[in-house]
Amino acid sequence: MEIQIADVHAGEEVLITRLIGGYGFWRRLTAMGIREGKFVKVVVRQPFGGPIVVEIDGRCVTMGRGMCRRIMVMLKE
Amino acid sequence: MRKVVLMGNPNVGKSVVFSRLTGAKVIASNYPGTTVDFSKGRLRIGGELAEVIDAPGTYSLEPTNKAEEVALNMYGVADIVVDVIDATNLERNLFLTLELLERKKPVIAALNMWDETKHLGIDIDVGRLEELLGVPIVPTAALSGEGIEKLVSRLNEARSPEEIRPTSDEARWIEIGHLVKKVQRITHRHHTKWDRFIDATIKPSTGIPIAIGIILLSFWIVILIGETLISYIFEPLFSFYRPAAMAVSDWLGPGLLHDILIGKLIGGEIDYVQSMGMLTTGLFVPFGMVLPYIVAFYLMLGLLEDSGYLPRLATLTDTVFHKLGMHGHGIVPVFLGLGCNVPGALASRTLETRKQRFISATLMAIAVPCMAQTAMIFGILGPYGLSYIILVFGTLMIVFLAGGLVLGRCVKGESPEILLEIPPYRRPSIVAISKKTWMRVRWFLTEAIPYLFLGVLLINVLYSVGFLEWLGHVFAPVISGWFGLPEESSTALLIGFLRKDLAVGMLLPLAMAPVQLVIATTVLAIYFPCVATFAVLVKELGIEDMIKSTVIMVVTALVVGGVMRLVLIGM
Repeated sequence: MEIQIADVHAGEEVLITRLIGGYGFWRRLTAMGIREGKFVKVVVRQPFGGPIVVEIDGRCVTMGRGMCRRIMVMLKE
Repeated sequence: MRKVVLMGNPNVGKSVVFSRLTGAKVIASNYPGTTVDFSKGRLRIGGELAEVIDAPGTYSLEPTNKAEEVALNMYGVADIVVDVIDATNLERNLFLTLELLERKKPVIAALNMWDETKHLGIDIDVGRLEELLGVPIVPTAALSGEGIEKLVSRLNEARSPEEIRPTSDEARWIEIGHLVKKVQRITHRHHTKWDRFIDATIKPSTGIPIAIGIILLSFWIVILIGETLISYIFEPLFSFYRPAAMAVSDWLGPGLLHDILIGKLIGGEIDYVQSMGMLTTGLFVPFGMVLPYIVAFYLMLGLLEDSGYLPRLATLTDTVFHKLGMHGHGIVPVFLGLGCNVPGALASRTLETRKQRFISATLMAIAVPCMAQTAMIFGILGPYGLSYIILVFGTLMIVFLAGGLVLGRCVKGESPEILLEIPPYRRPSIVAISKKTWMRVRWFLTEAIPYLFLGVLLINVLYSVGFLEWLGHVFAPVISGWFGLPEESSTALLIGFLRKDLAVGMLLPLAMAPVQLVIATTVLAIYFPCVATFAVLVKELGIEDMIKSTVIMVVTALVVGGVMRLVLIGM
């Protein structure tokens, strides 16, 4: 089932399926290695709607919660 | 002279490569029309001298922000491009590499962080990669200097491979997938105790106590370094200078010129803190009191930057700062401002948009007291008990949060969300940090100090001709009627423009009640930054925004002072 990465619990690993947004948004994320077909792990969710830290290829990236609502993922089975 | 431009993703150790390549003569400057910093230096290739430019970090050649635009412009002037690649993150770094190879400029790649690949279990076939990409590739470990000589000796082999043609983003990622499969083997990746510590610094429950500890420790180190510099370098220098200043004073005799240059003699002697002359207090404040702390602060900032801690701090504080119209990076100006507002004002430029910079600079000027001010507040209110001190700082904190909530909603412009890579912790390079500190201190000396002098001169002239006293009388009704303070304190509040800590000192002889002192020190902290900060803010924000910012400061001071009077004293 496809869900937003904003709804993934800390410690879970997911597969990125879609980035919802304009070319600029897509490009900013992909250039940092966040793109369709990659596995990412949610490391920390800051409380009160704060940013989410994900790990991708051994690197951590902090993303605002708004962005995380536009990154669609599938839970890894 | 040929131009060698260093290009690479953020956090690949590019500035360390830069400081290894260049000699002592390096310059940091602002890219024209932007607030983006970059560094320039010289390098000898064989017998020929070349210019080395350290471009801002970028993920691609299609810019998504100001810094990346600058990086692209710098690519435009390059004769040779050194592509600095993080060997521990090959896949993502190759995207920029391919973009660089598609354009027709000679490229040589430095495979940096080479020493770290071994214990991460990453094995890269450099020869094969060189063959596939068609440009020279030199493994480097900039921290230890390994590979740098080889990089320099191969600079002239930089070339632009014919085989690689421009393509789409998708095709490039597919190509990268093939490349990585051919050259890279990852054997194992084990989680260590160190990794768990890394996690602990970004989890709120453990990260916030660690952050507070690190901030307190940094302050302690800054004060230690600053005080050491003052007692071993700057104070001896100024006591050496005293007879010369006294000689000038004798030679001038009393008069307006004496008032402006030397100021008032205290007990027949020059008092560096209270005389207020251009050649006495005017020299002593920037060099004897501010500069030592600036040096110490920049050193500490460099350490925090290069160790990789700042992005973690920004992650932890983002939740709060995003609601104040900034994002997590907004903590940096606050942190620096608590030491001295001048570097704090300078740090506001690291925020992305004009809106964020405006909010950050204004809030810092209003609600973040510098070290000198804090010391005076403790000195004055300390005898009456800790609760009064807490009252002042508590009020300032509320003002900061409330101000941010209001400005975040009212100021026009964008406040983008945080998107920040958290690099692994790294041991900072002493060479790179000392170079960075020196470049920043030199910037302060050449760009901020002249403005500071002008400000001191202006205040001095106004003071000498009695304008400030007159202004004090004009404002006296506001001071006594609105804030409930004695009329005599108005001159002290005006002097606060020159020196906040001194102004606090001038409040002492007025025999005010503790609550009056609380109101006076709070208003003093809010209504205006000191002249040095003001000068820097004019440069950073521009005149128009600075006028807006000033209006906000004065209005805030009036409102907060009035409310405090109502609550603490009554009508």
